[in-house]
Formats: sequence, C-alpha cells, structure tokens
Amino acid sequence: MATAARTPLKAKHQRLVLLIGALVVLIGAALLAAWALRNQASYFYVPSEIVATPPEPTRAVRLGGMVENGSLRTAADGVTVNFVVGDGKARVPVTFKGIVPSLFVEGSGVVAEGRMQADGTFVADNLLAKHDENYVPREMQNMTREQAEKVIKETK
Amino acid sequence: MIAELGLAALWLAAALAGLQLVAGSLGLSTRGAVLGEAVRPVAVVQGGLALLAFACLIYVFAVTDLSVKLVALNSHSMKPLVFKIAGAWGNHEGSMLLWVTVMGLGGAFVALVEKRLPERTMLATLAGQAFVSLGFYAFLLVASNPFERLSPVPVEGNGLNPLLQDLGLAFHPPTLYLGYVGLSIAFSFAIGALVTREVGPAFAKAMRPWVLGAWIFLTMGITAGSYWAYYELGWGGWWFWDPVENASLMPWLAATALLHSCGVLAARNALRAWTIMLGVVAFSMSMIGTFLVRSGILTSVHAFAVDPQRGTFILALLAIYIGGALVLFGLRAATVTEGERFAFVSREGALVVNNVMLSAILGIVLFGTLYPLFAEAMGAKVSVGPPYFNPMSALFAVPMLVVLMVGPLLRWRRDKFARVGRSLVIPAMLVATAGIALLVAGGIALLPWLGLALSAGLGWASILPLKARNLRRTPLPIWGMVVAHFGIAVSLFGMSSESAFSIEKLVAVRAGEVTQVGPWGVKLDTVEPVAGPNWTAMEARLLVRYGVDRKVTRMLPQSRSFWAPPQQTSESALLTRWNGQLYAVLGGEAPKVAGEKQARWQLRLWWKPFAPLIWIGGLLIALGGLLALIGRVAADVRRIVAKDKIAYRREKQGR
Repeated sequence: MATAARTPLKAKHQRLVLLIGALVVLIGAALLAAWALRNQASYFYVPSEIVATPPEPTRAVRLGGMVENGSLRTAADGVTVNFVVGDGKARVPVTFKGIVPSLFVEGSGVVAEGRMQADGTFVADNLLAKHDENYVPREMQNMTREQAEKVIKETK
Repeated sequence: MIAELGLAALWLAAALAGLQLVAGSLGLSTRGAVLGEAVRPVAVVQGGLALLAFACLIYVFAVTDLSVKLVALNSHSMKPLVFKIAGAWGNHEGSMLLWVTVMGLGGAFVALVEKRLPERTMLATLAGQAFVSLGFYAFLLVASNPFERLSPVPVEGNGLNPLLQDLGLAFHPPTLYLGYVGLSIAFSFAIGALVTREVGPAFAKAMRPWVLGAWIFLTMGITAGSYWAYYELGWGGWWFWDPVENASLMPWLAATALLHSCGVLAARNALRAWTIMLGVVAFSMSMIGTFLVRSGILTSVHAFAVDPQRGTFILALLAIYIGGALVLFGLRAATVTEGERFAFVSREGALVVNNVMLSAILGIVLFGTLYPLFAEAMGAKVSVGPPYFNPMSALFAVPMLVVLMVGPLLRWRRDKFARVGRSLVIPAMLVATAGIALLVAGGIALLPWLGLALSAGLGWASILPLKARNLRRTPLPIWGMVVAHFGIAVSLFGMSSESAFSIEKLVAVRAGEVTQVGPWGVKLDTVEPVAGPNWTAMEARLLVRYGVDRKVTRMLPQSRSFWAPPQQTSESALLTRWNGQLYAVLGGEAPKVAGEKQARWQLRLWWKPFAPLIWIGGLLIALGGLLALIGRVAADVRRIVAKDKIAYRREKQGR
C-alpha cells in the first residue's frame, strides 16, 4: 500500500476498494457466523429424543423434562445431586454439582444444560427451573402444558 | 384523577408529535415555510407533556394507587418507597412510557439548543424525530396504556419481581434508555441530512455531541447491568450473552462505530455515506433490542409482556422505521458525494478498520441472537451461548485491538509505519513478554491469554498520544480518547484475568469448618434467620482471612425468601481487595447423612483476581466519553460566543 500512498487512487476507485474491503469482511463474518452457529448452537432435547439419538459427548445441549418422583438423591459431599429426568417414554439419569434453584423439586419440570456422557448419564452444568409463575424458561412453557394434558388424560 | 391527567398529557403529546411531523415536512417546501416556525416550540411542549405523563405515573406508583391496573399488577404497599418509584419503570408499560418521555425530552432539547445546522436540516430532523415518536405514542395508547383503571380495586398489589427489587434497577433502565433513545437523535439527524442532502463536517460536528451523550449512557448502562447481573443473580458470571444483554451491546457497538466515523467526517470530510448508514443502523439496533426484550419472544427477567399483539405492533414499527430509513438511504446514498481521499496507512484508514471490525462483531452478535428465533420457526429449539459468541467475536476484536494500538498515533490523510514504529516498540515488547510469561506459567486458555497479552500492550500504547504534548494544553477530547482507550485495556485485563485465574469452590460445611479458596481461608461461623421489610432470609456469617496472618473480615451472604410474589433469591456477599474479589453465595441446607447431628450448609465461593477492573474499565470508557463531550461542547460554546462578538462589533462599526 506504500505505492498507493504516493500515487493516490482516483476517488471512485478508492470508494470501490473501501466498499469491497468492508463487504468482504462483513460477508466473511456472516459466513463464519453461519458455520459456527451450525456447530455451536446447543439443541434442546426431551428424554426420548436424547436416548434415541444421543449427541456426541463434546457437544453442549439442553435436556428438558420432569424430575421423576423419588429419584432425587444428594451425594455424601452435600453438593452433588443425582436425579432422573423423564418424559413418560424414556428416563435419563442426570448428575449436577451446585446449588439447585429453589423451585427445583421432584415432580416439577426442569431444563438442564450440559453434556450427554457416553455411558448414558447427563452431566449438567446448570439447571433452569421455574423461578415463579411469571418467569418460566421458554422450553418449559410448552412442556408443562403437554405435561398438563398428559395428566388430564391419565386421570380421566 | 392523576392517572387521567397523565393519560390526557400523553394524548396531547401524541397529537403534538403529529403536528410536529406535519409542520416539519411542510416547512421544507417554500409555501409552507411559515409552518416551519412552529416546529421548535411544538417539540419543546411535546417533551414537557411527555415528562408530565411520566411524573403522573411515578406519582401513582409512589402512593400505590391500586385502582390503576399497572400499579396493582406490579407494586405492593409494603415495599420501600425507592422500589415503589423504581417499579414505575420496572414493567412493560412504564418502561415504554419512559422511552417516549426520554425521546420527547431529547427532541425538545435538540429544538432548544441546536443552532449550528441549516434550518431546513433541523426541520427535517425534528420531523423525523416526531415520526419515530408518533409510532411509540400509538403503541402506548393503543396496545399498552399505562394509566388503565381497574375495577373493582384490589386490596393489595401483586408486588414486583424480587430480582428487580434492587437499587441497580433504579438506575440501570433509565441510563440504558437515555442511551437507546439518544441514538434516535442521531437517527433523526441522519434522516434530516438525507432529506436535505447536506452531509458534511458541519453535520458531523452537530451530530457528534448527541452520539457521544447517547454512547456515554449506553456504556454506563451496560457496565451497571453487567455488575447487577454479577452480584444479584449469584452465578458468579458478569456476561452471559443473554439476548437482553446482546440487545444493549448491539446499539453500543453501532454507536461506537458511529462515534469514530463521525470523527472522520468532522475532521476530514470523508466516510460520508457510511456515517449516515451507521446513524440509521445504530437506532435500528436500539429498536431491535426493544423488540427482542419487550415482545415476549424471549423469556427473561426483562420480558414483561407476553402478548402477541404487542410483539406484532413493535414488529410493524420496526419494519416501518428501519425499512423506511433504509429505502431513503438507498434512494439518496448515490447523491451523497464522495468525500476526501486518504491513504490506507492513515488515521482514517485505522478508523475504517475499527468501523468494519465493529460492524462485523455487531453482525456476529445479531446473528447469534436471532438464530434461535429462526430455528424455532423451523421447528428446532436451540440456544446459542458463549461457545459461539466468545471465539467468533474475538476473531474480529483481536485485530481491532491491535489496530487500536497504532491508529491514534497515525496522522490524518497519509502516514508511514516507519514514523510511528519506534514508539510502538515498548508496547510490542510488553505483548510479547506477557504472552511468553503466561505461556511458561501455563494452563491458560487461548482467549484469556490473548486478552492478557494484548491488554498489557494496549495499556501502554493508549497513553502514547500524550507523548511530546504539553499536558496542560492538550485538548479535552484527546484526553477523552486516551482515557477511554486505556479503559478498554483495563476492562480487557479484568475480563481475561477473571476467566483465566478464577478459583471456584463448592462445598457443604458445618459451622466452624474452614474452606480454602485460593489465598483465602473461609470459616462458616453461624447461619441465622433474619427478616427484612418484605422478605425473610437465612444469613450466613463467614469469617474470612487473606493469606496466613491477616485480619479477619466478616461476610454475610443471604438466601432470601420474598413473599410477594413468592420467590427465592440469593444475596451474594462480595469482599473487594486491590487484587480481586471474593464472592460468596449461600445455598440451602444439605440433606443430612444418616447419624449426622450438625447441619451442613452449601456454600459457593469464588476468588476472582482483578475482576473489579472489568467495571472500573467500563467506567473509564464512559469517563473518556464525558471528557470528549465536555471538550466539544465547550469549544462550540466558545465559537458561538466569538461569532456573536464579531457580529456585534461589525454591527457597531457599520453604524
């Protein structure tokens, strides 16, 4: 570019060079974004899906379902919890180390963020439970409705 | 009565916005010139009325007038007064009213003080401002009336989400809104300039203080929001790439780019069409942000309204404003003549790199934020998080930061690397030394490593523009630039250090037990119940000690239960030292193992070296903006005074 500095480009050409340069970078960014999104977006699974087609263990995913009654166990260290998430068709054991959300109880819905291990357990880094009636994780709005429908069907 | 007064003021303000639009557009023609006279006073009164409506809303919240539906849904008589008042904008309708109020006040302010631009451009600008306001007035009055009455009057209100019952709430939204809506002024300026085809240094100089002001508020709003999330959510993180965070980051990125291209346009009369384009994009990002946050498409603590009508309404507004502005841009951009030329190695060239990189990061963030919505439309539920955002944005941020070391040293128009090369030796050495030292120490991920190494060089390079200057005579805007760039280095260092060196401990301990977290010894002393005005809590008393024989300090993290609405929050306890922050969260009681007598409590502890620098850096960036703003405005005032004096003398001599 040293020569360009000595013999300035024509006005039109400079505008064009700038425009093309900017476009190349921006389109590059868009393509990169599209490629990365395909690889990095974390998909939402329900237990029957994650059992049927488990994602590879390196991939971050979310698992949503109901915490099975009687499955919640706290390990001896006092901070690791193990429980089973089910959707009526399949059951997935989940282990989580941390402080559980206050509304996380057996029989309620949960969305776990984490990875599916090769041995079939789901290791969660984060649990999203209902905060209160007004603020519900997006996936869980549908889930509780489906769940409610199921309950209605079962009690009939 | 007060509520009706507020509603009436709102309707009147909307009507005046309509008048402002009509008078402003007709005033552009020769026949309607007389109408143009009315535009400025109308803009001022419109701003005043919007403020009156907002004051009425604050009043009904302050006295907890439960016959107003919004108050009944979002407030509670037992709440401390400051949260009652802050609650006025802690909900959908109130925050939209705050939005139009700020917008009305911004327009009024422009109408009062802005005298530099040709009157025609001002008319077009104020008409544009009224056009945008009108849409939001319609949205308020049709789809989300904040003053709606409720009958029968309930005995008690529903209360406010406890997460929002925090002093941060009192300042975070108004600050961000001042920034969001301040960009509407840049948008209106861009529209005005496109309509009258007057794009040049005078336009850039007139627009720059407004952009700077909006940008300062955005910077502070983001910094405050990040700190709020850090201590209030109790997750120990300071940025989650949550859609609502991105909604505030995107306008900031666009405004940062706009600020720099404005500088090029003002100083060198180059990048004309590009600056206009950024003016349009910046406010579009504000509106997209509002749409994402307010439409209920995303679920978060910010999504007050889950109402499809509102979402559709905002989407329509977005389409009209962004689409309209882009069409206008497409029609007129070709007539905006080419600006001055410059070589690639020059201040302009560096700023072009800054602009393109910022735009690329903006694109990355925008894509990542919208992708889950598109995917959901296709039937897949996905979420996009740090594994996408961190590396992708770093890919463009790192080259930008490298250019940032060189750019401020270059001359306008044309320069040679050889001239500035020598002063860059030390920063380059710093980067290399820091990089190698960290490699030797080992165990650091790529991004924090890059960040730490770059921040060392950037910290030095950012103050180089002051070299060989008489510090007392250095203009304030230069100081502003130096402080802001140094703030970036400080913040970058804080972020990298936090992610590279944080130590986390998660334990269940009995009273009296000591846990080691990095250099800290943390002893759980007692856990006792405490009560507040509208909550009860378990409070842990932690006795912490840095190193071996330092003095003991107390920390009191709480696990709070609110009863209106019923919800639990954890109040983290923070202990700040010069070299970092100790962060403690109290969980619940761990289930007893068989045969155990004493209760065990869950504790989550972090030692975060240099974490506070993240926000100190953010504040420095905002301070830099403030210095630049003061410098620019003072220079303008001096110029106006001098002009008046000259005119006065001429008049005298002419006599």
